[in-house]
Amino acid sequence: MSDAVVRGAGGTAPREGTVTGLAELFGDEVVTRAYVRDVTLPYGAGTLALITLDNGHDHTKPNTFGPGGLADLNAALDSIATRDDIAAVGVTGKPFIFAVGADLNGVPLIRTREDAHAIARLGHDVFRRLGELDVPSFAYYNGAAMGGGVEIGLHCTYRTISSGVPALALPETFLGLVPGWGGTYLLPNLIGAEKAIKVVIDNPLAQNRTLKGPQAYELGIADAIFDSADFLEESLAWTARVLNGDITIRRPEVDRGKAWDDAVAAARWNVDGKLHGAAPSYTRALDLIAAAKDRDRDEGFAAEDEALADLIMSDELRAGLYAFDLTQKRAKKPAGAPDKALARPVTKVGVVGAGLMASQLALLFARRLEVPVVLTDLDQERLDKGVGHAHGEIDKLLGKGRVSPDKANRLKSLITGSLGKEAFADADFVIEAVFEEMSVKKKVFAEVEEHVSAECVLATNTSSLSVSEMASGLRHPERVVGFHFFNPVAVLPLLEIVRGERTDDATLATAFATGARLKKSCVLVKDAPAFVVNRVLLRLLAEIVRTVDEGTPIEVAERSVAPLGLPMPPFVLMGLVGPAIALHVNETLHEAFPDRFPLSDNLAKLVASGKTGVYLPDFSLDPEAAEIFGGGTSPSTEEQVRDRALDALADEIRIMLDEGVVAAPQDIDLCMILGAGWPFHLGGVTPYLDRSGVAERVTGRRFLEPGVASPPA
Amino acid sequence: MPRNARDVVFVDGVRTPFGKAGPKGLYAETRADDLVVRAIRELLRRNPSLPPERVDEVAIAATTQTGDQGLTIGRSAAVLAGLPKSVPGYAIDRMCAGAMTAVTTSGAGISFGSYDVVIAGGVEHMGRHPMGEGVDPNPRFLADRLVDPSALVMGSTAENLHDRFPGITKERADAYAVRSQQKVAAAYAAGKIQPDLAPTAIRSAEKGWGLATEDEPPRPGTTLESLAALKTPFRVHGNVTAGNAAGLNDGATACLLAAEDVARKIGLTPRMRLVDFAFAGVEPEVMGVGPVPATERLLARNALTMDDIGLIEINEAFAVQVLAFLEHFKIDDDDARVNPWGGAIALGHPLASSGVRLMNQLSRLFEERTDVRYGLTTMCVGMGMGGTVLWENANWEGTE
Repeated sequence: MSDAVVRGAGGTAPREGTVTGLAELFGDEVVTRAYVRDVTLPYGAGTLALITLDNGHDHTKPNTFGPGGLADLNAALDSIATRDDIAAVGVTGKPFIFAVGADLNGVPLIRTREDAHAIARLGHDVFRRLGELDVPSFAYYNGAAMGGGVEIGLHCTYRTISSGVPALALPETFLGLVPGWGGTYLLPNLIGAEKAIKVVIDNPLAQNRTLKGPQAYELGIADAIFDSADFLEESLAWTARVLNGDITIRRPEVDRGKAWDDAVAAARWNVDGKLHGAAPSYTRALDLIAAAKDRDRDEGFAAEDEALADLIMSDELRAGLYAFDLTQKRAKKPAGAPDKALARPVTKVGVVGAGLMASQLALLFARRLEVPVVLTDLDQERLDKGVGHAHGEIDKLLGKGRVSPDKANRLKSLITGSLGKEAFADADFVIEAVFEEMSVKKKVFAEVEEHVSAECVLATNTSSLSVSEMASGLRHPERVVGFHFFNPVAVLPLLEIVRGERTDDATLATAFATGARLKKSCVLVKDAPAFVVNRVLLRLLAEIVRTVDEGTPIEVAERSVAPLGLPMPPFVLMGLVGPAIALHVNETLHEAFPDRFPLSDNLAKLVASGKTGVYLPDFSLDPEAAEIFGGGTSPSTEEQVRDRALDALADEIRIMLDEGVVAAPQDIDLCMILGAGWPFHLGGVTPYLDRSGVAERVTGRRFLEPGVASPPA
Repeated sequence: MPRNARDVVFVDGVRTPFGKAGPKGLYAETRADDLVVRAIRELLRRNPSLPPERVDEVAIAATTQTGDQGLTIGRSAAVLAGLPKSVPGYAIDRMCAGAMTAVTTSGAGISFGSYDVVIAGGVEHMGRHPMGEGVDPNPRFLADRLVDPSALVMGSTAENLHDRFPGITKERADAYAVRSQQKVAAAYAAGKIQPDLAPTAIRSAEKGWGLATEDEPPRPGTTLESLAALKTPFRVHGNVTAGNAAGLNDGATACLLAAEDVARKIGLTPRMRLVDFAFAGVEPEVMGVGPVPATERLLARNALTMDDIGLIEINEAFAVQVLAFLEHFKIDDDDARVNPWGGAIALGHPLASSGVRLMNQLSRLFEERTDVRYGLTTMCVGMGMGGTVLWENANWEGTE
């Protein structure tokens, strides 16, 4: 077992701390080296020791920091700290990449809080030296900077940023951590609490939004911005002028009064409203930012160490890392997908139908595949409307500057309409988006088959009907596949690809290849009622609606699952998908599993009333809807509703896994994260069901072994 | 419609520090196009009164126009440098006289009235593009005895020149080379070279990022004794060595030319005026003598003699080729008018970029020598050519 010995802050007596075992946990670390090279600054400003962070790979494998990388940077700083012939120190990255933060690969293996605390302190001990040298330090953000990468720069005296930086972010809270290698202390003290909260809290909460170079500069994270073409040369020239006193850095003074406290308070309210305490990382980050106002560096960094140690050992972080890994790796290599080489080219797409969904699909296929897409409908007026809607959406993209006028012309020319299905004759992929009724869909496919080649893939966007049954009766049932998008199709990244009983590998491979070109994350699903996301959501919803039918007030039911931090309460979700669709899927599932998916008369009544949900436009509860659901006599408490809902989830997911709907719990979680927006801190859902004990209580076993999405035993 | 030729001025010029070609050179891991982009951007930065959209043409020379020196280097460099997309560009090749030809051709376009402002320059990364990369000489060159077999090997043409001028001995060539090194060292010490340089980022996978701030090729300690010991790779017991020739180098140059009236309107200060230029062909096997007929032609056309020329920036591809020029014009080997700040033997010669380096230095010398009216930049060119440009000092204080 090797030890990493870390020196303390430069200029002070080295503080010896022995970090045991970390190097072993991070045995596979791709070490980011810190190369030091002397640069003669222009304008006679002296010599700058320039540190280049480079892990030896190209930009597709960005620089990260594990114990090895930190030790290397520390050694580089050792070599610099003893010199008296340099005027300044600079840090920059390899081409296109500055650094993207901590190497997280070893974190799931950390078993003790002691080790967690050690890795936290190790980062501080090394990074802080950049701010405590005898000479000024300069960070040159030449490319992507995330997390610890941003923090390296924050420790420096000055920063420049390239206008070409595609992403700068502190995404730690999104994963379940805090930017705790200086971020929560240094950033608010640099740019003020309000702007720091935007980076540390708001952006991670907004689907992990990132800043571009100019935005980071505007926020005050960098003192100067230079074009990417000669970013380093101009940064060094600027450095020389700063050192010579030709340039004085003026930063807006940070408001340390009420504005600081108000910003924290507003953020707390916002975070609590969205997460209800389900994700401790955000709260912890806000606690640190709140206190950063009055702490000195030592106190600030020590508090970050404690927070990191706690969070690294938290279930939420482990679930977050698990979820991150699913979205980064499993989503790109779908379990069970056939050999890519079997995929057939798709050079023209047909869409049956010209309704809203059809025109959304047409636009998506045209944008991503850049092949002709033809819509068909029996009614010229509907057809014109469908094509017109797609063209209108293209105009909107043009108006927002998302596509150029030429591109808009091209996309519009790709999307056409036809009354007859003979227009599909040379299509390789036809997807139907007609009324959700088996007989209609079977008829449509039979008609399409009259015109298309024997290999043309026939895809259905059904949300609940059997793909196998839809294929039965066709001359070539092996070419039918389920292609289930989530609304809005342009936004939600999930695509459930459903293999029917007779779907062949070539068809399936073509479906996966097409899904990838559509930039969707594809999950292979068995032809089972409502597939994955809708089945899980409906089981949850059905259980909660049942408690309301029994007499639980809607408000109580809505609050019941708040502690999970789901994107929205159940009845809000019902309004979003539409009560009619919820009822339809519920009916499908009821038909298959009548015991577990009871039909709610009240839901049917709500649909019959024509209401689009239980809320009024001002988001207050619609009294008439409440009336429809009223009348039950045995109300439950929030806790009871939550318990029943969670029990139902665990029960259903176990059954789905036993039925082989998907290959593994990971696929359920990936679907819920990407298709329903379920949060990282739950790991989707099975890590939560495991750690809350629900899985064992209800099904007698866990979904995932300890250590997979939780601290190892 | 009758038209009047317009006066064309050289406003400013910059270059990257020159590096040694090869795996250990400054620019071993730096792209050629990035070098010329850096020069163009620095040129624009030094002339902030010039709106970038006023640049009418970007003429960039490279001898080997493939890879990072391909893709119509003038246009691709303009786009990479962030010039407006409305600014066109093109690539030029006349081997060593590439940048010189970029200046004469685009300058002629200004004079004709087709351009107001142009950027002209050159780049050669001889590490990434060794001389002769990918060439496929027509077999008729030899079968029909169009050229001597030695014509395509520049060092051999320099040996041939020693044959033609038996009075130019290896000792004279070495002595010239030592002076070139000494003059460059002195010019560096006096801060004469540095103002033309755009510090250029360099990267090495082994060492990380760095900054090239000075020319890499000069060997200030060079002595006659040290040169005497060098091998003569082009001929057994020959005369041409690595010490009395320019090396293999990487670098880029760029300069700003404008119609004189436009320059004054925009607020650009001319350093020198393009008077005339001439190119001439000679037998390829003695290409080094090319500057002689080019200069003769130019002087005759402008009714000048060498006595009227106060400064000569001659490219030092080989010492023998400079000495042949001097001998022809009866100029002493150590005449103070010739390359006062040294030349390519010390500074390096990244082929197609060198023409503008000569101009940069002449224009700086003109600023100091307000007593001098005319100067030349001249160079020999592979395949048997020479090129000479006649310049008038914009700061000349004399009277007609």
